[in-house]
Amino acid sequence: MKFKKLLAGTGIALALATGAFAQDKTTVGFVYVGPVGDGGWTYEHDKGRQAVEAHFGDAVETVFVESVPEGPDAERVITQMALQGADLIFTTSFGYMDATINVAERFPDVKFEHATGYKTADNVAIYNARFYEGRAIQGHIAGQMTQSNIVGYIGSYPIPEVIQGINSAFIHAREVNPDVEFRVVWAYTWFDPAKEAEAATVLIEQGADVILQHTDSTAPQAAAQAAGNVVTFGQASDMSEFAPFPRVSSIIDDWAPYYVARTQAVIDGTWESSDTWDGIPQGMVSIGEITEAVPAEVKASAEAMIEAIRAGEYHPFTGPLNRQDGSVWLAEGETASDGDLLGMNFYVEGLTGDIPQ
Amino acid sequence: MDLSAINPILLLASLMVAATPILLAAIGELVVERAGVLNLGVEGMMITGAVCGFIVTINAGSPLLGFAGAAIGGALLALVFGVLTQVLLSNQVATGLALTLFGLGFAALLGQGYIGIKAPVIPKWPVPVLSDIPVIGPILFNHDPVVYLGIAIIAGVWAFLRYSRAGLILRAVGENHDAAHALGYHVIRVRLLAIMFGGACAGLGGAYLSLVRVPQWTEGLTAGAGWIALAIVVFASWRPWRLLLGAYLFGGVTVLQLNLQAAGMAIPVAYLSMAPYLATILVLVMMRAGRAPGSLAQSFHASR
Repeated sequence: MKFKKLLAGTGIALALATGAFAQDKTTVGFVYVGPVGDGGWTYEHDKGRQAVEAHFGDAVETVFVESVPEGPDAERVITQMALQGADLIFTTSFGYMDATINVAERFPDVKFEHATGYKTADNVAIYNARFYEGRAIQGHIAGQMTQSNIVGYIGSYPIPEVIQGINSAFIHAREVNPDVEFRVVWAYTWFDPAKEAEAATVLIEQGADVILQHTDSTAPQAAAQAAGNVVTFGQASDMSEFAPFPRVSSIIDDWAPYYVARTQAVIDGTWESSDTWDGIPQGMVSIGEITEAVPAEVKASAEAMIEAIRAGEYHPFTGPLNRQDGSVWLAEGETASDGDLLGMNFYVEGLTGDIPQ
Repeated sequence: MDLSAINPILLLASLMVAATPILLAAIGELVVERAGVLNLGVEGMMITGAVCGFIVTINAGSPLLGFAGAAIGGALLALVFGVLTQVLLSNQVATGLALTLFGLGFAALLGQGYIGIKAPVIPKWPVPVLSDIPVIGPILFNHDPVVYLGIAIIAGVWAFLRYSRAGLILRAVGENHDAAHALGYHVIRVRLLAIMFGGACAGLGGAYLSLVRVPQWTEGLTAGAGWIALAIVVFASWRPWRLLLGAYLFGGVTVLQLNLQAAGMAIPVAYLSMAPYLATILVLVMMRAGRAPGSLAQSFHASR
C-alpha cells in the first residue's frame, strides 16, 4: 500500500512538473478513499474524473491519489496536492471533512469540494447525492423479493447519510410487506472486502435472503452468489457483473455532470462556494437496470416510483412517520426537511436495535 | 436482542472457515520457531501468497494451481528472509519486520491489474456419508478442501515433530543449535527448509483469503491476519493441537462479533476485538511463557 502511494505521489509530481510549463492549464485533483478499481464508490468518482478529462481535453489536467485513509494522512495528501498547484480539489469521502477544511484555510486561492460532508467555507463547497431516493426503490423491491422476511443491511459508519438509507429502505420495504424485518451490521469501514464478505455471510446465516450494502466493494455480492438464493443490489456503481442474479438492481452515482460543471466554473472564474444535494430528478442518482429476476409487476411499480420521484411528486420521507420510540416525526402528508435528513440520528418506528453512538 | 437468531451449527461451521487462514499461517510459523528462527514477516508472506494465488488462478483458471502458486510465492519470499538471516546473519527481528513491509508493497505492485476481478468460485467438498450426520456433519464435514487441508497439516506437523527422526533433529536445532551442530547436523539447511515451509503455509493462508473467503484481490487484504498468527503460536506455547484451539478462538471472536451485532446485541465491538489478545496474555502469565525453543531468534554460525 505504501509503495503504491509512493508511485501515485511520484505520478502527481511528474504530472505537475510537466503541467507547470503550460500556465493556462487548470489542474483538478481528486482524493479517493478506495482504489479506483473497487467497482463501487471510488470507481464512479474516477469515471467522473475521466469525463472531465474527456470534456476539456488539453485545457485541464487531472491528478488523483487513491486509497487515502480518512484521518491525518488525508490532510497530508490534500496539502501535497494544493502545494503542487491544483486549482480545484475534490475530496470524495465523509471522513475527509475536517482535513479539507483545515487545508482550505491555508490555501485560500485553491477551490475545494467535499463530498457528503456538511462544513463549508469561502473556498470549500459541498456536494452530495440523495442516495435515500435510490434506497426507497431498493426497499420497495427488497420487501417483495424476500421469502424469509429478513433483510440484511451492511452499514458502514453510523452517520446521517447511512441512517437515511436504512430508514428509507425500511419504510418502503414495510409499505409492501408488513412482516419484513431488518438486521443491521456495522462494518466500520467503507472498503474492506474481507470484512464485508464476513458481514454478508453472517447475515445470510441468520436467515437474510436480501442483502443491502452501504459499503463499496463487490465482496457481499460474491458472498450472496456463493449462498445461491440471496438477492443483492449494486451500491454506488452498477455492479452489473453480478446481474441478473444475485444483483437485481442498483444505485448508480453519476458525478460526471457535476464535476464538469464545477471545473468549467473554475476556468470561467465564476466558482462560488455552494451546497449541492441532487438526486434522481437531476440525474446524480440513477437506478440500474431491474433484471428479469424481479417479477414484472414489482418491476413496474418500482419504475412508477422512480418516475414519481423524478417528477418531484413523491418524497421518500412522507408522513405519517414515527421515530423508533413511537414519538411522531412527520405528520400525515408532511415531508422531511433537508435539515432533518442531514442530521438524522434515529431509526424510524419498526426498526430494531440501536444505532451505535 | 434476539439470540435465537444465531444458529449455533452455522456459527461453528463459519468459525472453522474464518480460522483457516490464520491457522495455516500459524502452523507454518510454529515449525519455523521450533527450528529456532523467529520470522516476523508472516503478514508479508501471507499477502504475497494471496496475490500470487489470485494471479495464477485468474490466468490458469484453476484454483488448485492457484494454491500451488501461492505456496511457491510465499516460500520464495521466505527464502529471501532465510538467506538474509541464516547465510548473511542479519538480525531476525529487523529482517522479519522488513519482510512484512516489503511483502505488503510488493503484493500491491503485483496486484495492480487485478483489482475488482472476480475469482472462480471454489465448490464445497462435503465428505461423503460423514457430512450427512446431523449437527456434526454440517459443522465438520461440509467445507471446501482447504479447511481439511489445514487440519491435515496440523496433524502432520504434530506427528512429524513427535514421532519422526527428522522432527527430532528440527527440535534439536531449535533447542540448542550448538549441540545439534556438534552432533553433525546441518543447522542452516534445516532452518532454511523450515523457513520455506513456513512461507508456503503463510502463502496458502493468504490465498485462502483471496480465493475463498473474499474472493477478490485488494490491497491490504490480510488486514493484520499475519500478526494474529504470530500471537497464536505463542498462545499455543509452540504445540500443534493447542494452536488449533487458538486459531478457533481468534477466528471465533470475529465471527461471533458480527453475529451478535446482527442479532441486535449492543456490545461495543472493541471489547470483543480485544478478547483474544487478553486471552493470550493470560495464557502467557499462567503457563509461565510456555517454554520457547531454547535457540529462538539467535543467529548461528559454525565458527562461534
